[in-house]
Amino acid sequence: MSKKEANTYFWQGNEACAQAAVTAGCRFFAGYPITPASEIAELLSEKLPKTGGIAIQMEDELASIGAVVGASWAGAKSMTATSGPGFSLMQETIGYAFMTETPCVIVDVQRLGPSTGQATKCGQGDVMQARWGTHGDYTAITLSPNSVQELFELTIKAFNLAEKYRTPVILLADETIAHMRERATIQPTENIEIINRRKPKPNEKAFFGLEEIPPMPSVGEGYNIAVTGSTHNEYGIRYTADPKVHRQLVERLNSKIQNHAEEIAETETHNINDCQIGIVSFGCTSRAIYEAVENAKTKGLAVGYVRLKTIWPFPEKTVKELAETAEKIIVPEMNLRQIFYEVQRIADGSADVLSLNKIGGGELITPEELTEKIMESAKN
Amino acid sequence: MTETFSIKKYLRDLPLPFCPGCGAMTVMSEFLRAVHELGHEDLSKFVFCSGIGCSAWIPSPHFMADSVHTLHGRSIPAATGIKLIKPNVNVVIFGGDGDIVGIGLSHFIHAARRNLDILVIMVNNMIYGMTGGQVAPTTPFKSKTTTTPYGSFEHPLDAARLAVTAGASYVARWTTAQPNELRESIKKALQLQGFRFIEATSQCPTAFGRRAGFKDAGEMLRWFKANTIPFEEAKNMTEEDLTRKIVVGEFTQRKRLTLVETMYRMIEEAKTKVEEDGD
Repeated sequence: MSKKEANTYFWQGNEACAQAAVTAGCRFFAGYPITPASEIAELLSEKLPKTGGIAIQMEDELASIGAVVGASWAGAKSMTATSGPGFSLMQETIGYAFMTETPCVIVDVQRLGPSTGQATKCGQGDVMQARWGTHGDYTAITLSPNSVQELFELTIKAFNLAEKYRTPVILLADETIAHMRERATIQPTENIEIINRRKPKPNEKAFFGLEEIPPMPSVGEGYNIAVTGSTHNEYGIRYTADPKVHRQLVERLNSKIQNHAEEIAETETHNINDCQIGIVSFGCTSRAIYEAVENAKTKGLAVGYVRLKTIWPFPEKTVKELAETAEKIIVPEMNLRQIFYEVQRIADGSADVLSLNKIGGGELITPEELTEKIMESAKN
Repeated sequence: MTETFSIKKYLRDLPLPFCPGCGAMTVMSEFLRAVHELGHEDLSKFVFCSGIGCSAWIPSPHFMADSVHTLHGRSIPAATGIKLIKPNVNVVIFGGDGDIVGIGLSHFIHAARRNLDILVIMVNNMIYGMTGGQVAPTTPFKSKTTTTPYGSFEHPLDAARLAVTAGASYVARWTTAQPNELRESIKKALQLQGFRFIEATSQCPTAFGRRAGFKDAGEMLRWFKANTIPFEEAKNMTEEDLTRKIVVGEFTQRKRLTLVETMYRMIEEAKTKVEEDGD
């Protein structure tokens, strides 16, 4: 990677993720081996020490995310990478990171669940777990790449959003994107925007309130920080019975993300203001939409799409725009309807929402299958 | 000692949460006295981590210091991240037996194996106190608890012996009936490197003593005194003789490479390799 020149690489998705983590300034990685995410741990174990960073394999996923949270409070940009089963184990600490406003990145390379499922095969079944996996009222930021290049870009973005909003960010990749190899052109690193958390001024004392996104000190700097996952006031002091303190805290934690949903939401769109049929897609499944749109065009059908790069907070405005134009919206997913209901909620009757689902064996939804669905829906 | 000393200089001005007679108060004050005797005017050289349970409240938020109050059982992972990123801070964990060797047991063993440079002070009250007195992995055999109304049918875990086996640099156990020994041990441990574990067997008159047949904290302390066996003496006793006894003393003190040493040595080697080979 070069500071001044753009370079082209032939990378595996997980390799792009590891490279991007280093570029984003990640200095701490803790993880536990799991297919199909292990390459990220292996590559960061090689790369991070060379930059003075730490990579450590922990005893399980609970310890991995726990160490990531600790490292973040010690001032390091930190990350873990896992897949479905490990992601399930991490949920409690993801809630803790949200409650304590601890920036960190959790990469979930999705595989086929539930449970051990088909461990080496691709799936998109963790969409709602990313949104609602931990207990309590929670707002997640979740990003979903559909190419190796984008896995690089969204890894950087995940760190930037985590640091900017002081919150855990989930990078929801999938086995196909993580294991495929393709070309990635990386901008000169000096052109890549890197965001770092805002540090407090020397005499500041409120690290958990007063402002929408409070400044974050590190331990060992003399601030006497009290970090707790219990309900706390602006100064980190526990208030475990006061209704007002809880409302104030949890409403702010949610609104600091929801109020910026439009800013966070990133999509790729095509023809959303001029189409009969719309598609809302994300991750590896969305690789089929380009060809399907072309196929439909040759048959005289205008198809538009919204490709979600940000899944949570859900890009409501853009999907609503599509729903106002298109008569029908198809939601292809490698799960049994997860984004589908979200689209239906946003469309709110202004477009018919149809699902195209496929699970098992890691088989992708092909452009042909999607084309067929488009043509069939145009007929009815 | 004639000097007047108050632990208040290390504390936030907040009411303490402990029940009357709770042993956590002894552990808290002996720790702070140890810190004072080592010459620390404040706690700025320390970072405290704790999990969930009564003794997790010893440092958080009461100590005027950095404290990271984690989830149940996860203080050691958080401490791992903190210590590796900031090797110069003194990381101390307070936790109960349920937190450290119940739900968090795996982290405890692995931190000792890695010889992670932290001090873990486990307040072993032999019960899940905060949740109302349920059986713990450390509850003595046959003790009545809310979830063992006919008496515990499980053998308790010897956390100190386990820490030795797993690789800790320093391991000691004292009871709250021996505050001086406890304090001296804390002072010693604070000056050593690697994984240091001090178990303070402690009374919980509210959630344990009451059901186990003790009328108050004083009676529990007398029970500790009558049932402690020095480590050296215990070596010649059978497992049966030691049932419901508390072995106290220093279980080990040894030098092993610590995680911070091995990690940073590896990092230096990796950096040197980059300089030699290029990246």
